[in-house]
Parts: sequence; structure tokens; C-alpha cells
Amino acid sequence: MPDAAERFVQAFRDAAARRQPLRLRGGGSKDFYGGALLGEVLDTRGHAGIVSYEPSELVVTARGGTPLAEIEAMLEEKRQMLAFEPPHFGAGATLGGCLAAGLSGPRRAAAGAVRDFVLGVRLLDGRGRDLAFGGQVMKNVAGYDLSRLAAGSLGTLGMILAASLKVLPRPAAEITLELEMPEERAIDTLNRWSGQPLSISASAWSDGGLRVRVSGAASAVRAAQEKLGGERVDEAQATGFWRGIREQTDPFFAGDAPLWRLSLPSHAARIDLPGTQLIEWGGALRWFRSQADASFVRAAASRAGGHATLFRGGERSGGVYAPLSPELARLHRELKAAFDPDGILNPGRLYPDF
Amino acid sequence: MGEALPVEERIDARIDAARQREVAQALRAFLPERCVLWQEEDTRPFECDGLTAYRQVPMVVALPESEEQVQRLLKTCHALGVPVVPRGAGTGLSGGALPLGDGVLLSMAKFMRIVRVDPLARIAVVQPGVRNAAISDVVAPFGLYYAPDPSSQIACSIGGNVAENSGGVHCLKYGLTVHNVLAVRGYTIAGEPVTFGSQALDTPGYDLLALAIGSEGMLAVTVEVTVKLLPRPQTARVLMASFDDVEKAGNAVAAIIGEGIIPAGLEMMDRPATRAVEEFVHANYDLEAAAILLCESDGTPEEVEEEIGRMKAVLERSGATRTSVSQNETERLRFWSGRKAAFSAVGRISPDYYCMDGTIPRKRLGEILNFIAEMEKKYGLRCPNVFHAGDGNLHPLILFDANDADQLQRTERFAAEVLEKCVEVGGTITGEHGVGVEKIDQMCVQFKPAELAAFHAVKRAFDPRGLLNPGKAVPTLHRCVEYGRMRVSGGRLKFPELPRF
Ligand SMILES: Cc1cc2nc3c(=O)[nH]c(=O)nc-3n(C[C@H](O)[C@H](O)[C@H](O)COP(=O)(O)OP(=O)(O)OC[C@H]3O[C@@H](n4cnc5c(N)ncnc54)[C@H](O)[C@@H]3O)c2cc1C
Repeated sequence: MPDAAERFVQAFRDAAARRQPLRLRGGGSKDFYGGALLGEVLDTRGHAGIVSYEPSELVVTARGGTPLAEIEAMLEEKRQMLAFEPPHFGAGATLGGCLAAGLSGPRRAAAGAVRDFVLGVRLLDGRGRDLAFGGQVMKNVAGYDLSRLAAGSLGTLGMILAASLKVLPRPAAEITLELEMPEERAIDTLNRWSGQPLSISASAWSDGGLRVRVSGAASAVRAAQEKLGGERVDEAQATGFWRGIREQTDPFFAGDAPLWRLSLPSHAARIDLPGTQLIEWGGALRWFRSQADASFVRAAASRAGGHATLFRGGERSGGVYAPLSPELARLHRELKAAFDPDGILNPGRLYPDF
Repeated sequence: MGEALPVEERIDARIDAARQREVAQALRAFLPERCVLWQEEDTRPFECDGLTAYRQVPMVVALPESEEQVQRLLKTCHALGVPVVPRGAGTGLSGGALPLGDGVLLSMAKFMRIVRVDPLARIAVVQPGVRNAAISDVVAPFGLYYAPDPSSQIACSIGGNVAENSGGVHCLKYGLTVHNVLAVRGYTIAGEPVTFGSQALDTPGYDLLALAIGSEGMLAVTVEVTVKLLPRPQTARVLMASFDDVEKAGNAVAAIIGEGIIPAGLEMMDRPATRAVEEFVHANYDLEAAAILLCESDGTPEEVEEEIGRMKAVLERSGATRTSVSQNETERLRFWSGRKAAFSAVGRISPDYYCMDGTIPRKRLGEILNFIAEMEKKYGLRCPNVFHAGDGNLHPLILFDANDADQLQRTERFAAEVLEKCVEVGGTITGEHGVGVEKIDQMCVQFKPAELAAFHAVKRAFDPRGLLNPGKAVPTLHRCVEYGRMRVSGGRLKFPELPRF
């Protein structure tokens, strides 16, 4: 059987020769996300499998088509985790899709984002070149950091054939506390708490209710609980709740109203948009279910020092990401051309013009 | 494919007096006299950075004082086709700020202002010339600090840290520069304003912030950096452990991580290093031990107590012959002082030293140490070792005398062999000091031609004419062919296609 990667190279070459775009796809769990879905589907799942996992090195390396669930189950056995808590958004999520989408879950504000845990990638670029950047070690400054650049590039620079990620031990103890507070006070309080060593690993506010998760050594968690106050949420319920936030199965995410994702400085004042809101990441992530005009939402986000993405649903033809400055837009086009000169990989998935 | 001119062709360049006059005059149009240096007595101090083996007096040195001046300088040099080399504090150890004889050295030393500290948002906005340690000093009253702490932190600038993606003894737990910087504002060589990142946790599109960090001043000139501040842990204590065998110490490091502990710092020094240091700073190191480990825990007092207990048990199980725990802050700082002063201490026992910076998978530590010991014999040079053991980053220090040409040559070959060994065991030629001019040949070993071509393509996206810090960090393909030929004829390793996954 020909190696799957070899087949991809062939597919890329054919596509370039025919000027026929390709749509790189793993489990399709994130088909809803990003811009247009154009081109013939190229399924990455034929190139799957864990290449190596060394708990004492804190590194896992797997092929792009490996199910994320398989990786997480293996880590769980050793009491380790992907600390950025990537949302799967469906049973079929793959490692390649997780990296390409660049999405992180509830622990992001405390632990870091996908890109913070990327140690190396093997990228098949638009010319069919198999390129390895970074590696399997914690520190590596040889060459430009193209492995982190691949994170969040939505398959527009190349197919992620394999990646090495840093993993972390699971915290020894974890509890969730619930408090009542209005929005402005919640934003202020979360920022104050984040400035203290309280081991907060997740937060979610909506509709006057605030939940915070505290993780760490048992003694540290106890000490934080005393300082934070509030009611302790039953463990099973808390686990389900954070899963609901991470996977967007929480009732807040139900229904068809457009879902906007506002990424803002954590201390940004309350954003006044029609609709309902859920705040995460200590104030730095604000979800809105809102019918408001895209331009209105974007203006509100940019006034607050951040940006807005039309995450799910809504009118998507005008692009879902905030527009770039002319200088950055030029750099994006040039980088795209450097890796995919024929523009065959996921055209329009990130921005309509490339 | 247009490639940057090889660096040796540039650094050997004689200064052309007519060109020098032309460029200095063009800069004087908007820079005051004190900001433009061209007489050799004034430019000589800029001839090298922390890697003193490479020197080149720059054609012109510019020390702008405002952002507008930086932008005009870049536009002017771009229009004249003059290469520009940015420089921070000049503590870099890979020659990244090595000047060019036909270029302008752009010193950012006058950008010393802390623009803004926002304790609620936990950020500081600073100019690039601000010293790393100054940030933590200024924000200390708010119970905050800036986590990456290179040993050079009292001298190096944040602009240099961004360019090198610098780390420190606490980056195992708290990350490198790339994990602790939210935004970088700067100008491309054409003088276009660019902002990478923001005060939010992400920005739309490609992660250009990650790309800019560690780019060795080759993509843009940084004029402002927004750093993330962390709450200072309530307490921290260091556990010092002695081992009678270096490999045992290496295994103890893996055992700690395997136990699910991420120490705030996990450093190792071998006996030659501790002996050199002890004479200099009196850190109270065990001089009989073949190696010592410094293992820090931070957090609440209860948490630290618990973790130190667990670390001690693991270390003892791994064969530690002696352990001691810092009893107060003074003692903790004393334990660290030796580690942080290691380079300068070694500098006192030898006329010169050459600091390597490879990173390896932790489990290969014993193998690498044995290899280094063999190399000491092969080249007849001593080599004490200090490591960021927790993340497998090695700093072997080869002792030599630069006045002896043969020693210098042996040193370079010694270092090249060690770095190539790092690649062979699945590691990298540089963990935090950057490639600069120093490790440019070893890039040919670590990367395939297509990967090097990709780096050149990225460079061209930002700097099509190759005028910003040209010739550093990424070798030309031609150079790699030459290097490959030389290595094979020297009877050393072949040019291997190294699987890194
Ligand atoms: C004793 C000693 C100990 C050290 N310990 C450590 C350590 O523990 N960890 C570590 O990571 N490093 C360490 N270093 C290396 C060095 O201090 C770091 O690389 C540091 O970040 C360099 O900062 P600098 O301001 O001196 O930069 P410089 O040496 O002036 O320049 C370094 C690079 O940055 C570029 N640059 C500087 N400023 C700008 C700017 N404003 N815009 C664009 N590019 C710019 C330069 O072109 C050059 O490529 C050590 C060095 C010494 C001498």
C-alpha cells in the first residue's frame, strides 16, 4: 500500500496541474468554522497513528489524521493532558484539524493556547514539499518558528502530516466554585483574581452566575477556595459543565442564533450588544448569540481593543474574521504565496481573497 | 531564488569612505549629530555582541531617539539599499547583532521607557531597549513579575529577548518569551508599521506574533513590546541535590518529570562548573559531587512544602548523595547566584570560553555528556557543563585561549561536533541563543534544502530585498553544499537526512 503521505503529494501535484483547489479535511467536525469550503475533499484520516509518546519527556508525536480522542485517552492513562483543552466539536476530530483550527478550550487563559504547546510540525506545503519545522524538544530557536505559524492557519499553508505537542501532568486536585455576580463586577473580579496566585484554571460567567475552576496541589486548591468563597459545585456536575463549555453543548450554545466570538483584553468593559452573552477566559473571551449587524459587532470589538469572529451560523459570505490592516494583509498574501503559490489549499477558508 | 549575500562576504567588507559619507549624511537629515556615529573610535565599541570571536566595525552607527526617526531611518536605508542590523544591549551569544561593514548598525539602546503598566490587565507596555530585569522591578509593587529570566537579565533588552525568544531558569514552568509576550509593534525594512498580536489572547489570521518572536531581528524592527505579567508566587524554595555520577543526575531529572512534577526551575551543573563558580560567588555548592541539581518549587507555603517533600523523595530514590533545602529567601538566591553567574565565573578561570546551546530529549542526557567527555579528550580542551536540565537545554562551555589560533579552531570543531550530535539524538542546535552567524553551518545539518528555502521565502515576504540583518540565521543553499563537502572530506558525519518525527 502506498504511504498515505505519498498519496497526498500526488494529490497536491495533480491539483496544482489542474488548478483544482483541494479542501483538506479530517473528521469534518469543524466544517462549520471559518470561511468558504471550496475544492475537492482530501481526507487526512488515512495518515493516522501515534508516532511516539514519552510521558517523562512531556511530548507526544502523532500523525495529522489521528483522532484527538485517541491521543487524549492515551494521555489520560498516564495522568497527563493537552493543557489547552482543545474543543473536539464532534467524535471525529483529528489532531491535524485541531492544530489547523487553532482553537483552545476553557484552560486557555491559564495554560496557554494550541500554539503555545506546538513543538514541531511536519507540513506538506502546496508544492508537495514535506517540510519539518521545530522538533520534539521544549526549546528550539533554529530557524523561524513555522510550526507555531501552522497552528490556526486553517490548512491554507499546508497539510499537517504530523505534530509534536508538549503535554502536562493533570492537576492533582480540581474544584469548581459558583458565585452570583453581575457582569461588570464579574469582569473586574476575574481580573483581580487573575493577578493573584490563586490557580484559577477556567471561568465562565453568564446571566449573573459565575463559575470558576481551581486546579493544582490539594493544599493550594483548599487555600484558593477559602479566598474565593462561593459554593462548591458537585464534581460530576462540574465536569459535565466544563465539557459543555468546551464542546459548546451547554444550553447557551443551543439554537440557530449567530454565535459571535469576541476576543478582547480581559479587562475590557462590558460590551453592549443585543442578545445573550457568555464570558470565558477571565474576561478575555466573550461569546454572544446576537442578530446584530456584523459591522456593529466588529466595531464594538475593535473599540475594546480586540476582534470579533462569526463563529457559527449567521451570514458568512462577507468573511467571518475581522479584516486585517493593509500591511498585515499583504504579509498574509505573501506568506500564502510562499507555501502555496498555486493557491490550491483551502482557498477562502481563512480570508476570501486567498 | 534570490538569496541573501553570505555573511562572510559582508563582514569582510572594507568600509567604503564615499558610501559612508553618503549614508551618514542621509541619516543626518533627520537625526541629530549625537545620533549618527561613523568615526572608527565611536563605532568600534559596536563591533561585536556577546560572541566576541566575530568582529566587524560597522560603516555607520545610528542611535535614534524616537519612533519616527526609526521609521525614517528604515525608509532611507531601504531607498539607498543599505543593510540594517538592529541591536539591543549586545549580549547576544550567536552574533545576531554582528554589524556589517557596508551597513548601518541600528542601536535601540535609547528606547528605555516603560510606557505603561496596567496591574489590573496584568500587562506592561515597554520600549525595546528596556532591560529584562527592569520590568519585574517596576511591577513588583503590584505583586506581579515578568517570568522569562535569562541569566543576562540585568543587561539584556526586551527587544533582544523577542528577537531570540529567550528563556531563563524558570521557563520550564512559565514558558519562553513567546509564551509571555502579547504584542510586538514595529516596522518592516520598508518602514511600514506592523503590529503582531494585541492585548487580547489572539488575533485573526496567521500567528505573526509567533513568527516574529525568535526571528533574530530579520523580519521587522521592534519599537514596542507588550508583555504579560504573572502574579508573583507567595513563596519559593530551592532543593539542592548532589550526585556522584552525572548520568544519575540526568535520570533523576526524568524521574521528577515522570512523577508529574513541573518544578519552577530545574538546573544542573557538573563538578568543573560548580568548582569554577564556587570560587567566584560562594554559593555553598557541594564540590565533591559529580553533578548538582537545583530544583525549585513555588506556590503557597503548603503547596511548596508538599512539593519539596515529593521532589526530595524522588531525588533520593534516584541516588542523590546529599540534599539541602533553602531555608529563606537569602539562601534561595544564594543557591541560584552560582547558576546565574556560571558564565562569568567560567570566564575567570579561562582566557576565553565558548558557550554552546543545544537542546536534546532529556533521556539522552547521559549519552551527550559522555560524548562531550570524549570530545574533551579528542580536542584537548576542557568543557564544564551547565544545563537547563528540565527542558534538555545544554550549555557546555569550552575553555580556550583565543590568542592561540589552533585552540580557536579546535574549539569551533569541538562545538560543531557537539551540536551535530544534538541533532542526531533528536534535538536542536540552539535552544535559546539563536543561530546568528555562529551556528549557520549547523543549520545545514538540521534542515533539508527545501526547509531552508521555506525560511528564505518567509524572509522575502517581509524583506524582499534582503536588507534587514541579512546573512544571519538561515544559510544559503550554496553554503550548505560547501559545508557538506567539507564535512565529508574531513571524515566526519555524512550529510544525513535526519528523521525528526
Ligand atoms: C552572561 C550571559 C548569560 C546569558 N544567559 C541567557 C539565558 O539564560 N537565556 C537566554 O535565552 N539567553 C541568554 N543570554 C543571551 C542573550 O542575553 C539573549 O539572547 C538576549 O535576549 C539578547 O538581548 P540583547 O538586548 O543583548 O540583544 P542583542 O545582542 O543586541 O541582539 C540580539 C538579536 O536581537 C536583534 N534585536 C535586538 N533588538 C532588536 C529590536 N529592537 N528589533 C529587532 N531586532 C532586535 C539583533 O539584531 C540580534 O539579532 C546570555 C548572554 C550572556 C552574555
